[in-house]
Amino acid sequence: MAINFDQALGIHPQALALRERRGEVLAANLANADTPGYKARDLDFKSILKQNMPKATALERTQAGHFAPQQLLESRLMYRNPNQVSLDGNTVEANVEQAKYAENAVQYQASLQFTGNKFSGLMMALRGQ
Amino acid sequence: MSSFSIFDIAGSAMSAQSLRLNLVASNISNANSISSSAGGVYKSRQPVFAAELKGILNSQDAASKVKVLGVVESQAPPVMEYAPNHPMADKAGYIYKSNVNTVEEMANMMSASRSYQNNVEVLNTAKQLILQTLKMGQ
Repeated sequence: MAINFDQALGIHPQALALRERRGEVLAANLANADTPGYKARDLDFKSILKQNMPKATALERTQAGHFAPQQLLESRLMYRNPNQVSLDGNTVEANVEQAKYAENAVQYQASLQFTGNKFSGLMMALRGQ
Repeated sequence: MSSFSIFDIAGSAMSAQSLRLNLVASNISNANSISSSAGGVYKSRQPVFAAELKGILNSQDAASKVKVLGVVESQAPPVMEYAPNHPMADKAGYIYKSNVNTVEEMANMMSASRSYQNNVEVLNTAKQLILQTLKMGQ
């Protein structure tokens, strides 16, 4: 096959998947805003993305114990440091989470737009117009 | 499709918050009920929320739904009032009023309704994102 979608679309499909996952984590934080003892979590997006840049995915695994880039993607869930601690041990700050969720939604849309544009570029190349 | 689990998560939170709202309504409507014994009087009821354990133990699956562990009755003592002329007074002349704190319940209600709204907003945003994803490439 002449067209390799992985190469044609670049980083954007992976970014989309990560944004989706982050949205899920943030939604869980907001859902548990009133649960005693719940600790808010988030993905460290920058480090994950760095791991998944095209250069990084070419890393070779010479030992059985080495992590594949895909495995690292899954394990970067961290706990958030709250600005104010609540008495019941809950570290969710609804306003912070809301802002992060909105930010994530916009970034998701941006990734979506980029992926869509890549597809329309491919379509244009196929039609030859 | 992991996007759809946002619906599950926000949905579980919405049902938990609506249970909390129901209990607030029950507490406020029974705030003025009285009884002739300490045991028979209405006690304030509160929900107990917990994060679903599955999501917490498994680090891969971060998202945890809200679970309602149960409803507990407040252990605060009922308010005793000396009213010997009251038809429901006991032998010593006391009636027992419920231990519902109306002001507390109003604050509780506002908190529950705000949390509910938050989750509706999350749900709407997730829905829009999924719809846009479906339209990708068109």
